[in-house]
Amino acid sequence: MLRVANVTKRFGGLVAVNDASLTLEQGRIVALIGPNGAGKTTLFAMIGGFLTPDAGSITFEGQEIAGLPPHAICRLGLTRTFQIVQPFAGLTVLENIAVGAHLHHRSRADALERARLVAEQVGMGRMLDQSAQSLTVAGRKRLELARALATEAKLLLLDEVMAGLIPSEIVEIVATIRQIRDSGVTILLIEHVMQAVMSLSEEAYVLNQGKMIAHGTPKQLVADPTVIEAYLGHGAAERLKGGAHA
Amino acid sequence: MKHATLGEWVLYGAVCAYLLALYALPSDVWLGFTINALIVTVLSIAWNITGGYGGQMSFGHAALFGTGAFVTAILQVRLGVNPWLAAPLAIAAAALVAGVIGALSFRYGLKGSYFALVTLAFAEVLRILASSFSITGGGQGILVPYKAGVENLQFASRVSTYTLALALVALGMLVTAWMQRSRFGAYLIAIRENEEAAKALGIDTFRTKVLAMVLSGAIAGTAGVAYLQTFLFVDSQIAYGASMSVEALLGPMIGGSGTLWGPLVGTLALHLLGESAKELVSGAPGLNLVLYGVVLLVILRYLPDGLVGLARRVRLPRRAPAASMKEAR
Repeated sequence: MLRVANVTKRFGGLVAVNDASLTLEQGRIVALIGPNGAGKTTLFAMIGGFLTPDAGSITFEGQEIAGLPPHAICRLGLTRTFQIVQPFAGLTVLENIAVGAHLHHRSRADALERARLVAEQVGMGRMLDQSAQSLTVAGRKRLELARALATEAKLLLLDEVMAGLIPSEIVEIVATIRQIRDSGVTILLIEHVMQAVMSLSEEAYVLNQGKMIAHGTPKQLVADPTVIEAYLGHGAAERLKGGAHA
Repeated sequence: MKHATLGEWVLYGAVCAYLLALYALPSDVWLGFTINALIVTVLSIAWNITGGYGGQMSFGHAALFGTGAFVTAILQVRLGVNPWLAAPLAIAAAALVAGVIGALSFRYGLKGSYFALVTLAFAEVLRILASSFSITGGGQGILVPYKAGVENLQFASRVSTYTLALALVALGMLVTAWMQRSRFGAYLIAIRENEEAAKALGIDTFRTKVLAMVLSGAIAGTAGVAYLQTFLFVDSQIAYGASMSVEALLGPMIGGSGTLWGPLVGTLALHLLGESAKELVSGAPGLNLVLYGVVLLVILRYLPDGLVGLARRVRLPRRAPAASMKEAR
């Protein structure tokens, strides 16, 4: 469904993403993990059209999308959320979601109707008339998700929708994401909350210093020495193993 | 749409009552005063679309107003075109100028104060051009011969001119009300609130902003045409001067930017304030402007969402009196 092939992005002398590739099949929940500064959000920004890759290609359902503007990519059915939530602060929850719903519904009434359904789906049915800026962090993260969902995307890119949430809220949003997938939406998520990655995703890619260093099921990856070293430093895998023996 | 509060009913009711009372007790002084305020209101409605709903604060709406006034004047006086034909052409010209200014500014990602400065610069360039060429009358301006008659879009009676101005304001507000309920309006507000998020949700922000400018330009051009047909005179200072740009944005700011009634309420309030200040301190020239300025500052400081915002907070103490006290804070 989505194929990222040998994509590179430089900011001056810094290579943020270096020759990274990934493939995503329809109907999956795939995680993109990696230490801070690995280039995950940059890669997302390129897939979503907010940045243009310096090299490489990105195809969505067989169509080249690298370099297309974000709104055009969104219209093809690929929508991203933001790590730092970007609500339409002065609008209500319902109005926020309706902006997304307008993509496929020209009339205001249809868009509001669709927005109500989506709000129910993500558990915001009772907050419709609250202003977006009065929401808690968990509420704002949910709103990001709801707005993206309202565009009737086929592929959702979720950038750390669980960061800053307490465990009970994480359990709720994990259930919501699973429901979204079951309704036929493919999901690629950046996540630091490993508990969520382990329970949600069927496969994961690991990005470190701009390079894709591993790919596999979450279980395989947590046992992978390269992944452990990426997170904990050179030699960490050895020391952990040694510690286990001692 | 949220339901109007008691305060809003009272405010809008008072405005409508005043506007209708002029038909019952027509006084030339008050009619003249209100006609002027209504024409500026049309310009304010134009500004409110881009500035209030779209968050693109233009400081150069005179460029659009002036184009409307000048094009219709030139067509009538220099080319002998009938005003009824000149008006739509002038409105189209103003919309075109707005589209060009918008396309150039937004193409290069100008926002906030940069956009304000560029629009100001466009208006200034047009002002200097208009004062330099003979087709615009140079420093003297253009005087349209007085030939009262419906066929010339000129009216001998002030009541008729007043009705025209009132109809234009009503039309502008209808367009605004339509926009508020349309996808275009929702997109424009989304861009004001957060442009990056708007892009991610499939909104072509460039196109939406340019379209808003074109619509705003057409309405501002209409205000220019109405001004010319009323006063039968235009020069570069009136048409493209900074004071017209300031008038365009003050009304919505005071009334409540991004609201349907803001431009009308704000412009009427401002003009009433200006006149009263003049009456109060008629002995000392200049002092009226000081008074005017002080009141403006107080409103901007304490009513960030304008008079409409204030009215919205006034509601009937229905269930919990404590809640309404908090609301009325």
